[in-house]
Amino acid sequence: MSENNGSHHIVSPATYLTIILTLMALTGITVWAAFIDLRQFNIVVALAIATCKATLVVLFFMHAKYSPRRTQLVIVAGIFWLAILLFMTMSDYISRVDYRGLRSPLTQVTSRETHPLS
Amino acid sequence: MTMAPQLPEKHYLNETYGIRSWLLTTDHKRIALLYLFSVTLFFFIGGFFAMMIRLHLLTPSGYLLSADAYNRMFTMHGVAMIFFFLIPSIPAVLGNFLVPLMIGAKDLAFPRINLLSWYVYVVGAVFTLYSMVNGGLDTGWTFYTPLSTVYSNSAVAPAVVGVFITGFSSILTGLNFLVTIHTMRAPGMTWFRLPLFIWAHYATSVVMILGTPVIAITLGLAAMERLFGLGFFNPALGGDPILFQHLFWFYSHPAVYIMILPAMGVISELIATFARKKIFGYHFVAAASLAIAVIGFLVWAHHMFVTGQSTYAALVFSFLTFLVAIPSAVKVFNWTATLFGGSISFDTPMLYGLGFIGLFLIGGLTGLFLGSLGTDIHIHDTYFVVAHFHYIMVGGAIMGYLGGLHFWWPKITGRMYSEWLARLAAVVLFVGFNLTFFPQFVLGYLGMPRRYHVYPPEFQVYNVMSTAGASILAIGYLLPMIYLTYAAFYGKVAGSNPWPATGLEWQTASPPPTENFHVTPTVTWEAYDFHNRPELGLEVPGGAAHAPAHGDD
Amino acid sequence: MHRTGELYGQFKTLEQQKDSANLGMWIFLVTEVMFFGGIMLVYTLNRHVYFPAFAMGSNTLSLKLGGINTLVLLASSFTMAMAVWSAQVGKKQLISMFLVLTVLLGFVFFGIKYVEYAQKFHHHLVPGRSFDIFYCSNHPDKCGDISAEEMEVERDLLNKTVALDPDLNAHAQLYYSAYFGMTGLHALHMIIGAGLLFWLLKNSLTGIYTPQWNTPVDTVGLYWHFVDIVWIYLFPLLYLIDRHK
Repeated sequence: MSENNGSHHIVSPATYLTIILTLMALTGITVWAAFIDLRQFNIVVALAIATCKATLVVLFFMHAKYSPRRTQLVIVAGIFWLAILLFMTMSDYISRVDYRGLRSPLTQVTSRETHPLS
Repeated sequence: MTMAPQLPEKHYLNETYGIRSWLLTTDHKRIALLYLFSVTLFFFIGGFFAMMIRLHLLTPSGYLLSADAYNRMFTMHGVAMIFFFLIPSIPAVLGNFLVPLMIGAKDLAFPRINLLSWYVYVVGAVFTLYSMVNGGLDTGWTFYTPLSTVYSNSAVAPAVVGVFITGFSSILTGLNFLVTIHTMRAPGMTWFRLPLFIWAHYATSVVMILGTPVIAITLGLAAMERLFGLGFFNPALGGDPILFQHLFWFYSHPAVYIMILPAMGVISELIATFARKKIFGYHFVAAASLAIAVIGFLVWAHHMFVTGQSTYAALVFSFLTFLVAIPSAVKVFNWTATLFGGSISFDTPMLYGLGFIGLFLIGGLTGLFLGSLGTDIHIHDTYFVVAHFHYIMVGGAIMGYLGGLHFWWPKITGRMYSEWLARLAAVVLFVGFNLTFFPQFVLGYLGMPRRYHVYPPEFQVYNVMSTAGASILAIGYLLPMIYLTYAAFYGKVAGSNPWPATGLEWQTASPPPTENFHVTPTVTWEAYDFHNRPELGLEVPGGAAHAPAHGDD
Repeated sequence: MHRTGELYGQFKTLEQQKDSANLGMWIFLVTEVMFFGGIMLVYTLNRHVYFPAFAMGSNTLSLKLGGINTLVLLASSFTMAMAVWSAQVGKKQLISMFLVLTVLLGFVFFGIKYVEYAQKFHHHLVPGRSFDIFYCSNHPDKCGDISAEEMEVERDLLNKTVALDPDLNAHAQLYYSAYFGMTGLHALHMIIGAGLLFWLLKNSLTGIYTPQWNTPVDTVGLYWHFVDIVWIYLFPLLYLIDRHK
C-alpha cells in the first residue's frame, strides 16, 4: 500500500504566499481586537484567531491537508487529549461550591469588580 | 522428537563481542538485555527499601527507623519500583525483544532512538541514585507540594530531575513501538492477525505518548519551584497544591495502565499457548486494550476524592472509574473462556498466567471499592489502597513479567530452565505474595493508615503475617534470578519452538540471528491458529490441539 | 554509521523509511502538545483567578516587540515551507537559501527575546527574591527605557490593580513565572530547532536532498512549524491581556 505522507503532493509557492499573508493579516486583526473592550470575550476572540492561524499552519505548511488519514487521526488525537487535560481539570475548579466559607483561591470567579479597567 | 535441537552457529549474542558492541548496539534484542540488567538492578534497590519497611513494621512502635527515615524508605521504594522497574519492565525488556520478531521485522523503526532511550533511562537513574545516596527523599513517590517544593529538606531536586529525564526514555520507547507496528509489519501480517501482545503494547505506547509529557512538565515546574521559588503550587505565593495533584495524577493514573497493559498482553500469549486454543474473543481483547488506554485518561481524580475537589467532578470521575473496569473484566472473562475446552498444561508460564488472572481479579475488584466515593472516604490512605495496588502491580504486572521471562527465555537465550525449580518458585511466589498483601486489606479496612511509621498494637498480628509473607516473596524472587541465569549458560538447548507456540518469533532460531529472520516471512495464518499449523506438531482432533509430551519434566 | 540518503537496514523500502520518519515526527509533536499543554493549564487557572495581576503583567510587555517577533516567526515558517518545496522540485541552491533565511529569522527572534528578557531583568520582574512589580514606578530613574508618558500609564494601572488585588506583587510574580516558563520553554525548543536547521543547512550544501529523498527537510520542517504554532498561542495569551484602554 503506498503511503502518501504529503511529500508527493507538492504545494505551490503561490499557496504558501497566500497563507503567510493571511497569517500576517490575522495577526494584525488579533492585535486590533485586543484594543476593543469585549469584556470576557476578548480571550475567546484571541483564541479563536490563534486557532485559525494554527489551523492554516497545520493544514498547509505542515501538509496535513494532503496527508493520509492516519496522520490526521494523530493530529486530532493530540488536540483531543489536550482538551481532556484542560477541560476535565477545569471542571473541578468551576463546579466547586462554597462550603462554610472555605474556598481555594482558584475558585474565585472573575467578575466586573475585579476587572481593572472597566 | 527425533534429533536433539542444536544452538544456531551465529546469533545475536555471539555475532559480535566486546563491551563496545553492547554499549553501542542498535540491535533491539541486545538493547532489551541492557534494559533487563538495569531494571533488575532497580528491582533489587526497590526490594531493599521494601525489606526495610516490612522489618520496621514488625513492631507497632517502630524500633528500627525514625519517622523521618521511614518516610524515606517508602518514598524510595515507590520511586525505584514505579519509575525504574515497573514502567520500563515489560515494554523495554520483552517489548523491545519481541515486537519486531512478532511482526516479522528486522528491527524497530528507529534502532538508534531505541539505544538512546536506554541511555536516557540510565542518566535519569544516575540522578535518582544520587538522591538516594544523599539521604534520599521523604515526600512519597507522589511528590505532593508544598512539602516537596518548599518544606522538605531531603534530596528532592535530583530525584525529581531523575524521574523527569527517565520519562523521556518512556516516550521514545512508545514512539518507536507505535511507528514500528504501523509501518513495519511483514507481508500478510494484517492488524487482526497480530498477537495480542502487540495490541497490548500498541495501547501502552499510546498511553506513554499522551501521558508522560504531562508528568514531565509537572515535575519540571515542581523543580523550578524548589530551585527558583516559582509559586504555582505554593499557597503562600497564591499557588494551589491541588493543581499539582491534578497534573501529577493526569499522568500517574494512566501510568498504572502502562504497567498492566503489557502484562495483560503477555497473559494472552501464555493462556493461548498453554491451552492450545485461540484466545476467546480476540477482537474484544484487542479492543479492550485500546479502551483501557483511552478511558484510563479520564479517571485520574479518583486519587483526589478527599482533597476538597468539587463533589460534582468527583461523581463524574467515580462513574468513569467504574467504566474503566469493564474492558479489564472483558479480558478476564475472555481468558477464562479460552481455558474452557482447551488442552491445558501447567508449565511454569501457565502457572504465572493463571496466578495473574486470580490476583488481578482481586486487585481490580478492590479498585472498585476505592473508586466508589462513599467507601473511599473510609479507606483512602489506608492499607486497603496499598493492598489493592500491590495486587495489581505485583500479583498482576510482576507475575506477567516473570511469566513472560520464563516463556520467552528459551527464545532469548536458546536454552531451557529447570521446570520443577521454576514451578516451585512460582508456587512460593504465589503463597508469599498472598501472605504479604491479603492481611493488608484487612488492616486497611480496620483503619491502619498508610505511610505511618507507627500503628496501634492491635494491628501487629497482621503486620507480622505481612512481613513473614514478604520474606517468602523475597525467596520466590531470588530463585528465578538464580536458575534463569544458570539456564542461560548451562540449560538444555531449547530449539526454535519448544512449547510449541504460534507466534512468528517461534519461526526463527533460538537465539535469533541479528537480523531476526533469514528470509522475511509472509503471514498467511490467523493469530493463535493451532488448528491450521501442522508444522507445530500438535495433534488436532475435533477439539483443541493436544499438548505434546514433555520429555524433561 | 549510516550516511544520509541511504536506505537504513531495518527498512525494506525507501517509502517505508520516509513513512516512518513522518509518522514518528507527528507522534513526537503530539507529545510536545501535551508538554506545553500542562503549562497552558497552569496559566489558564492562574489567569482566571488572578486576572488583575495578569492584566498588569501583560501590559508591561512590549506589544511592538512581541508583534514583530510573531511576524518574524510566521515568516520563518514560510521560508521553511519554501525550503521543503525547493527540495521537492529539485532546486538545490534554493533549499540552502531558504534554510539560511529561516535560521536568520530565528536569530532575529532570539535577539528580540534577549532584549525583552534583559529589560525584565533590569526592572526586577524576574521571579525570585528581588521581584518587585513596583520597582520602576518607585525608581523611575533606574528604568530609563520607559518614557515619562508610559510611566504615567503604568503607575495609573498599578494603582487601579492594587485596589483590586492588595497582594499584587505575589500574584504578578505568578504571571511572570508563566511568562518566563512558557517563553523560556519555547525558546529552548527554538534553540534545538536552530541546531537542526544548521545540520540541514550543512547537508543541503552537499546537494544530498533530492525530489526522491528530502525526508530530513520535511521532518525538521514539521518541528519548526510546531514551534511557530506554540508562539501563535503564546502571543495573545501573554501580550494581549486586557490591552484595551
